[in-house]
Amino acid sequence: MKDIAEAALNAAQVKGAGYADVRVDERVQQDLVVKNGQLAAVSDDASQGFGVRVLVDGAWGFAGSDRLEKAEVEEVVARAVRIARASARVRSKPVDLGPPVTSRGTYRTPVERDPFTVSLSEKVDVLMRADQAMGSVKDVRTREGSMEFIRQRKLFASTEGAWTEQDLYESGAGIEATATSPDDVQSRSYPNSFGRHQGSGGFEFITALELDKHGERIGEEAVALLTAVQCPSGIKTLILDASQVGLQIHESCGHPTELDRVFGMEAAYAGTSFMTPEKLNHLRYGSPKVTITADALTPTGLGTFGWDDEGIPAQRSHLVKEGLFVGYLTSRETASVLGQQSNGTMRADGWNRIPLIRMTNVSLEPGDTSLEQMIADTKDGVYMETNRSWSIDDRRLNFQFGTQLAYEIVAGKRGRMLKNATYAGITPEFWNSCDAVAGRSEWKVWGLANCGKGQPPQVAHVAHGAAPARFQNVKVGILK
Amino acid sequence: MKSMEAARLTEGAELKRFMDGLLQRSTAEQTEVMVTEWDSALTRFANNGIHQNVAERNAQVRVRVVKDGRTGVASVNQMDERAANDVLRRAIEIAALQPKAEVVPMPGPAPSREADAWSSATADATPEERAEFVATICNRAEKAGLKAFGAFSTSAGQLAIGNSLGVFHQHRGTQATVNSVVMGDAGSGYADRGAIDVAQLNKDELAEEVIEKAKRNQNAQPIEPGVYEVVLEEYAVAEMLEFMSYIGFSALAAQEERSFMRHGERITGDAVSIWDDGLDPSGLPAPFDFEGVPKQRVDLIKNGVASGLVYDMQTATREGRASTGHGLPAPNTDGPFAVNLFMQPGATPKAELASEIKRGIWVTRFWYVRIVQPKASIITGMTREGTFLIEDGRITRPVKDLRFTQSMLEALEGTLAISRGTKLQIGEFIGASRVPALRLKAFTFTS
Repeated sequence: MKDIAEAALNAAQVKGAGYADVRVDERVQQDLVVKNGQLAAVSDDASQGFGVRVLVDGAWGFAGSDRLEKAEVEEVVARAVRIARASARVRSKPVDLGPPVTSRGTYRTPVERDPFTVSLSEKVDVLMRADQAMGSVKDVRTREGSMEFIRQRKLFASTEGAWTEQDLYESGAGIEATATSPDDVQSRSYPNSFGRHQGSGGFEFITALELDKHGERIGEEAVALLTAVQCPSGIKTLILDASQVGLQIHESCGHPTELDRVFGMEAAYAGTSFMTPEKLNHLRYGSPKVTITADALTPTGLGTFGWDDEGIPAQRSHLVKEGLFVGYLTSRETASVLGQQSNGTMRADGWNRIPLIRMTNVSLEPGDTSLEQMIADTKDGVYMETNRSWSIDDRRLNFQFGTQLAYEIVAGKRGRMLKNATYAGITPEFWNSCDAVAGRSEWKVWGLANCGKGQPPQVAHVAHGAAPARFQNVKVGILK
Repeated sequence: MKSMEAARLTEGAELKRFMDGLLQRSTAEQTEVMVTEWDSALTRFANNGIHQNVAERNAQVRVRVVKDGRTGVASVNQMDERAANDVLRRAIEIAALQPKAEVVPMPGPAPSREADAWSSATADATPEERAEFVATICNRAEKAGLKAFGAFSTSAGQLAIGNSLGVFHQHRGTQATVNSVVMGDAGSGYADRGAIDVAQLNKDELAEEVIEKAKRNQNAQPIEPGVYEVVLEEYAVAEMLEFMSYIGFSALAAQEERSFMRHGERITGDAVSIWDDGLDPSGLPAPFDFEGVPKQRVDLIKNGVASGLVYDMQTATREGRASTGHGLPAPNTDGPFAVNLFMQPGATPKAELASEIKRGIWVTRFWYVRIVQPKASIITGMTREGTFLIEDGRITRPVKDLRFTQSMLEALEGTLAISRGTKLQIGEFIGASRVPALRLKAFTFTS
């Protein structure tokens, strides 16, 4: 790794790069799927390579290769420099990275049990026990459980003198039960939906999930949903469980505060943002109950690391403070446009991709009430739990989310189970209607391992700390 | 490994030697080796200038072994002998450690047809050529007082699959795609193109379309949500078809009772015919799937009737029939996937699709589509970059983007006209669709 990095930086300078950085990356990943009582898939994937990013004549070029050979380094650097020169022909303004970054050091994810030393049979056993629990419920049609473990060794070095080495671990798992009828299909999952709940850490993260203790419950809920009442339509008080609050933060605060989006750098793909610079320190984004931070130091968060992929140290910053929009997620290039310094959110999806601004752990700070109290204080509302579908416009204003499970709330009590629940709104109106957030004891960090952005596409693993929260006058249930 | 000159892919004979060697060294009862290799570049632009510009070369060697009724899969992205031995060893170790389970059978040898999907112009495309293409769009946008954004990519790749039963297939292909959003102060337009041969991408024609769309889409005003007659451009139709494929056309979705397909029943309007054909040269042909099975044409919806599903080895074995050649790489729990979709064109020129609409909406494309209820084929999403009001047979003004929540089957039930021409839409991750534009009787916009 070291030889490749040194050779790349040297070659880049010789070929005329004003700035260069290199990432050498080794990643191993293990995935397991148990489906309907059978071990349906086990795979063990390894990838390594290096990527070189150069600035020539104020324009970017990047090239990467899987061939970790000295001769390939020369070729890849030459390719990156040639690409940068081509970029310079059609650039608008020269890139300004702001002050130099000279971080040096090592970081390792705190891990109690290295998941790659845990036997396959122990992992399979955890999933099989959860499968049996789901299978104990008559009429569950399909049962599925999965696990994923990732280890990434990453070296970052730059011509400014930065040199960081990181050893990052992730572990994740989840289960899902599906019930069907001739005209319906309903699923329930635990701890979250879309595969897994994932975090930075070792096998202890899996053990703490206690998958087997939740299998029967989600199986029963999936079957019960088939005959549940359709979620009614109307303007109602809405209470969301913590995981759905996490996704709401992701889509309606995380993405629109990415400063590259704000500057149009994602306009042709993921879109732009309604949170434009003139609104900074002026926009009343949410109610005073709403404080949202980006914190790459949060324990177990998927956005937790030592340095970002520009060598900026992990840090905590505010995006929204007591309802006021006060900050962005930034990179060196975008922060310098606002006269700021990067707050360390640049991450790449492997050696073969450039870093982009990505959420770290973007979290709603806990409030001072509880889910139980919120329900008790609600006359006519709906409680929704676990995301089922999510959609939001390209400026991150108009959203519609659906959840797997819902309950009506009548006169301070939880009532009938509801199915096909959805809610919709406009971002600042929605967050300004937030009148309660549960406290620290119900606050949890939710890992989200499927955040897409960029061309070519990249997938980031990010997290959101969230507790149940309540919103007033929300449009609920648009389906007949 | 010896590479071809420009695209830096491994030569065919060299690749086969590598795979044969790996198969011969395997001690498993059955072994499958799949090699994917690609060399790609992408030039991204924003605010009338290039802001990201990247290239990569990568490969994946994926090995599946079956031993004593147990399956193991491992992959590595290095193509040397040491890596090959290591990936084989890991796959065998994984198989040995697990309990006996259902084994997805490997196919035996069967001839696959040649599919020409290679363009040397695409494989040899340079960063300077990409920059020049992008400069044309940016310059024309700037002259019009607008800003251009987008991405232009060229790539070359190959897929080879072999197994210990004697299967060996190899296919090379190229792709060139460009998409662009052009923005004014009060609205934007969209256009994209895709082709095997980069020379088929006409930068002036693309620039014309996206700039004209942006100019027409300034100062959009809100319109009351509700049920409208619509014209969906090919961009929107392709996305709808991809979602139908994702939730409905797979045999696994049907076996698990999740699919909206009801075999033999009429599920859309009579004019609707949709099929999958991996060999049609007007699509993005690929002659075999990721299990090494030659691709078959499958009629999915024929004259409105649900008529077929796509199968992989696992779903086909469960029903005692043959795979249609729609398998994904092992280990796969998501089932088969139709990725070469076609929709039957009609007789109406696209420009006349709106001519008989009293009051309706013209939709350029969809955005952030998600499934709401799979069995009812209900999706939600937004319109984006070109939503217009149709009044008395013509487009009168732009309207603000709308959210829709709509059953795809119900929408297609009301198919009133289909455009004569079709457009190739290359998928973001895999495959491509060739589709017409549609006039639909009712589409539900909810906000």
